[in-house]
Amino acid sequence: MSNDLPLPSAEDRGGPAQPILIVNGLRKHFPLGGGLFGGNKGAVHAVDGVNITVPKRTTLGIVGESGCGKSTTARLLTRLIEPDEGEVIFDGEAVGVPGGMPLKELRRNLQLVFQDSFASLNPRMTIERAIAFGPQVHGLPASEAIERSRHLLDRVGLEPGRFGGRYPHELSGGQRQRVNIARALAFNPRLIILDESVSALDKSVQAQVLNLLMDLKDELKLTYMFISHDLNVVQYISDHVMVMYLGQVVEVGPVEEVYAHPRHPYTKALLSAVPSLDPARRTERTPLTGDPPNPINPPPGCRFRDRCPKAHAVCAEIAPPSVAVGADHRVACLMADPASGHPDAS
Amino acid sequence: MSNPLISVSDLTVTFGGSRPVHAVNGVSFTVGTGEVLGLLGESGCGKSVTLRSLLRLHPPRRTTYGGRIEVDGHDILSMSEEQLRRYRGSVTSMIFQEPLLAFDPVYSIGRQISEAIRRHRAMDGTAAEAEAIRLLDRVQIPQAARRYHAYPHEMSGGMRQRAMIALALSCRPKLLLADEPTTALDATVQIQILLLLRELQREMGLSIIFVTHDIGVAVEISDRVAVMYAGRIIEEGPIAGIIGGPAHPYTRGLLASTVTQNMRGTRLEAIPGAPPDLADLPPGCAFAPRCSHASATCLASIPAYETHAGRGVACFHSLNDEGVPPSVTAKVS
Repeated sequence: MSNDLPLPSAEDRGGPAQPILIVNGLRKHFPLGGGLFGGNKGAVHAVDGVNITVPKRTTLGIVGESGCGKSTTARLLTRLIEPDEGEVIFDGEAVGVPGGMPLKELRRNLQLVFQDSFASLNPRMTIERAIAFGPQVHGLPASEAIERSRHLLDRVGLEPGRFGGRYPHELSGGQRQRVNIARALAFNPRLIILDESVSALDKSVQAQVLNLLMDLKDELKLTYMFISHDLNVVQYISDHVMVMYLGQVVEVGPVEEVYAHPRHPYTKALLSAVPSLDPARRTERTPLTGDPPNPINPPPGCRFRDRCPKAHAVCAEIAPPSVAVGADHRVACLMADPASGHPDAS
Repeated sequence: MSNPLISVSDLTVTFGGSRPVHAVNGVSFTVGTGEVLGLLGESGCGKSVTLRSLLRLHPPRRTTYGGRIEVDGHDILSMSEEQLRRYRGSVTSMIFQEPLLAFDPVYSIGRQISEAIRRHRAMDGTAAEAEAIRLLDRVQIPQAARRYHAYPHEMSGGMRQRAMIALALSCRPKLLLADEPTTALDATVQIQILLLLRELQREMGLSIIFVTHDIGVAVEISDRVAVMYAGRIIEEGPIAGIIGGPAHPYTRGLLASTVTQNMRGTRLEAIPGAPPDLADLPPGCAFAPRCSHASATCLASIPAYETHAGRGVACFHSLNDEGVPPSVTAKVS
């Protein structure tokens, strides 16, 4: 593989047991416009104290309703947005601190694929050049970059001779998303964040791209973070799943465990809102009323309590800490903490 | 079903220009009173074009219609503009994927609903306002009287979709056309809207044609589904029959490639290739180039649409697990 892809890949430094990514206390508040007289209107608590651990060569699924902070988390990790607080450790090395991993190196190791395949590509560049562009900026000679680009096109199932000279508008959505994956791979990254990358595709094409992602993961020893609102797809592709609500992680654990035994009332509601494919078992009751709330100045205590069927007075007072309820399975709900004082706690 | 409310026969829709696009190529179906038909298909299959034809919403100068559409005794394709204006909203109305684009941003939603009521029903301003508030309350918008004065941008996506349903039902239509109304919503809100639509449909005896690309949504809402590909209906039948025993290779491929619960570790059966260019359709079955069962006949001629026992399919090699024709399976299962 190293002969095929000449850009040096960061070697595995920490060994197999070292998680590829550890994030501690990630926080981002977007202040609302102060106006002429500087009045403070508060802030959007987009991401509020998020901890993430991603073991090597696994896939972490991130789910939640719109506005829960999933995409902001992805942008903070790639430093497309500067976080307010938080520590990022990539394969054992702290990122962006003196003596740690420089930002430029992180960006080579960590790539992002977005939902909108068209907006992510330069409309005035052929796809072959678009893929070669990044490695060239990072110092690869032009001829080598193009050669590598053609190899990657072939790898994602687009014949380089036929497609290499095309512009993004000459491709279908599924083909464009393959190009975006190839472009992410051009850096030989070790972690790829897929932010709703298959959501806009038709089902038959989505299946092709999911199969491709699974193949690439095995072949190139990749780790994925897979952000999606489609819970079936997340269950299909992920090893671990993280459920977010209003900028916080409410539950995280192995995907089979969380789907089979969800502990947080929000996770339960989210899972039962997925339409079944059985006409005899149509949904009869809404699992959750109301829309996802506004992340501006969230109330103290548990942020889900307004929509929670099990909410109790104590939920307004204590912000639920994340407690372990099984191997790798953590939940931030007072009912999971026997000492919390919630009547249903166990 | 002796006298269906909606009857579409051999509908064709072509968009003009130097390279005419054949968006709908001979679609026929009926929908009875109080029945929900799901139109299922992927992007560019002609499902939305078919739906919009029922209100003749396509730009008149560039669109050529063929065939016949009848809704509640009205011949839609031969109506004058004035007749269309009266027909739209009062017999048939529509809800869209993005309500923010369907509402006028400079008027409050309540005012837009009461305006529609005054235009189509003999009511004065006060009565129309009261009726609009009743409707907003009926679609479960909390504090309806206060929300009457809200502008579209002040509401969340789910609330806007409810307001659009209230607007669509304000003139008591017999047929509601739904063009992916839940696609842009979160799953938790989507299911609320689907349940609301089902409830209103039963209560008002509405017929609904519901366009979606999501099989799960079609299962939640439809009595029958019609699957479209490249501007044609290629399979149709009761929802349970289609899900349980798809007869057309495309329907089967679509079901197999949809990720459902507990599929971890299995490889997805993707359909190779992509749908055809609607400006350059192949001479035979449009799905043949992607179909693993295709033969020389499939590439040369278009399969006829055959119906039997409530199921219809357009395929030379319609299939099931045992390889017997679909009509036989329909009886067995």
